[in-house]
Amino acid sequence: MSRDMSYDAVMKRKNEIMKKAVGIDYQIFESGSIAFDYERMMQEVGYTIDEVRKIQAETGVGNTPLLELKNLTKLARKVAPPGKGARIFIKDEACNPSGSFKDRRASVSVYRAQKLGYKGVIAATSGNYGAAVASQAAMRGLNCIVVQEVFDSRGRGQPEILEKGRKCEAFGAEVIQLTVGPELFYTFLCLLEETGYFNASLYTPFAIAGIETLGYELAEQVRAIAGRDPDAVVITHAGGGNVTGTARGLLKAGCQNTKIIGASVDLSGLHMASDRDFNRKSFTTGHTGFGVPFATWPDRADVPRNAARPLRYLDRYVTVSQGEVFYITEALAQLEGLERGPAGNTSLAAAFAIAQEMDEDQILVVQETEYTGAGKLPSAQLTFAKEMGIEVRRGDPADDKPGERIIIPEHPSQIRVKEIDLNVLRKSYISNCIENYKVEKLTEEDIKFLAEDTKTDEEYVKGVLDELGVKF
Amino acid sequence: MPDALKGTWVQIHKVVLKPEERSARLPDDTKKVPLEFRLKGFLTHDANLGDEVEIETLIGRKVKGTLVKINPEYEHGFGRPVPELLSIGMELRKILGGEDSVS
Repeated sequence: MSRDMSYDAVMKRKNEIMKKAVGIDYQIFESGSIAFDYERMMQEVGYTIDEVRKIQAETGVGNTPLLELKNLTKLARKVAPPGKGARIFIKDEACNPSGSFKDRRASVSVYRAQKLGYKGVIAATSGNYGAAVASQAAMRGLNCIVVQEVFDSRGRGQPEILEKGRKCEAFGAEVIQLTVGPELFYTFLCLLEETGYFNASLYTPFAIAGIETLGYELAEQVRAIAGRDPDAVVITHAGGGNVTGTARGLLKAGCQNTKIIGASVDLSGLHMASDRDFNRKSFTTGHTGFGVPFATWPDRADVPRNAARPLRYLDRYVTVSQGEVFYITEALAQLEGLERGPAGNTSLAAAFAIAQEMDEDQILVVQETEYTGAGKLPSAQLTFAKEMGIEVRRGDPADDKPGERIIIPEHPSQIRVKEIDLNVLRKSYISNCIENYKVEKLTEEDIKFLAEDTKTDEEYVKGVLDELGVKF
Repeated sequence: MPDALKGTWVQIHKVVLKPEERSARLPDDTKKVPLEFRLKGFLTHDANLGDEVEIETLIGRKVKGTLVKINPEYEHGFGRPVPELLSIGMELRKILGGEDSVS
């Protein structure tokens, strides 16, 4: 009997398909309510730092240079109040085999897939992660399929995503290119079922364990250079894996006091599933369209329990505008001789502003760069934006309006960060947990879990529950 | 003579979900259009543009769809020079090296 391949029927088989495709029984970590045993999941299914380092060394992943951005630091001090302007360092993750930190994330998944005897891996991603999975799969002799959201209904492809697709094909992967819509997940499930391949999800404990080495290495490198821990690390935040993995790595290295700052490009007002809006944004990742929903509901991911839980680690979350990131991308190339980005430079734009709040002897680390080139360069993205009717001009980035105007700053002093109130996100997350798990009365375990998962305490969670009128 | 011979690198297209088959939770503009699929591979037989064809993908999977492009090119590039970006380097070097320099 042939299987029912209709949208509803396939979506109903989601859990069954995923269990086969990631080889994890998430059920054993569940409490039956909101709480689940996150640390046990990370320990039992993930790998230790030493194991991950060994796996990554096999495919040339990691051990990327940490570079001091002396000219950008000097520039920040020019516009900062006297005595302010922390030393800015950048982890040159573009040096990984496929050109981004995503190699770390892919490395453990593809290793795991090979070890468990899967013939191939599939990833649903329009980002650098596709190229990372394709590259790792090539090294380990596995087949690879990447499913991308890339075209609008007129067949116009987003240049950055077209480039990422090209790179996947360069590594021998099959690239399925879809038009806009969350039903990409349906196509993805159909493919997993048809091929029996491993789901190289961005959100498994393997993927997050792979990123922990980034934070760990960074801590070691800062200590070797400066004899101290980094005061703050700025991390481009989208789905939450970059924040979670890096922060966990820093903690494993003993950096208890390092501030974890997330940064996203502000795309507020644009709908991520809109056919029209899709090609009116110049950043396809690292933006608030992922950053906010994944913070307030991480378990929206393609696995039952997301190992990427940004609110568990974030001390601060800021946004910058598209124009500010393009400006800092130019500055990085022109002053530091590093042509990188653009999306990965979101954290650099934020760091340039945040460094000016910090003392000169403090250390601020931007934890990634990514490869650039055709499709990805600011010139490619801004040419496309102009073709899509977006106004591009110099001015005050405060006037930036996603989907309508991109304002390139006139002076470095105009680069600023906007704060996102973490308490608003925390409350929204707690409320989403109650709604999605249909819980009427929270257990002690739930409250303890929510306190950990929001980096707060039980009193805070109880206060939010009172506000929401929920019993515990 | 067919448009493309067996073994030619091509792109196929198909509709995965018609507008009425799509997820209920979509913005209005997306609801009106189908979910479309494009994929590249080698033709397993001679064919003309617009034909229903079969391709073999880079990993050897056989997939069917409508033949839409023969020898599809990568169409993304470096873009045109962007006046709003061109002068940034000079401006910043002036700030760093200018008379108000502290170094």
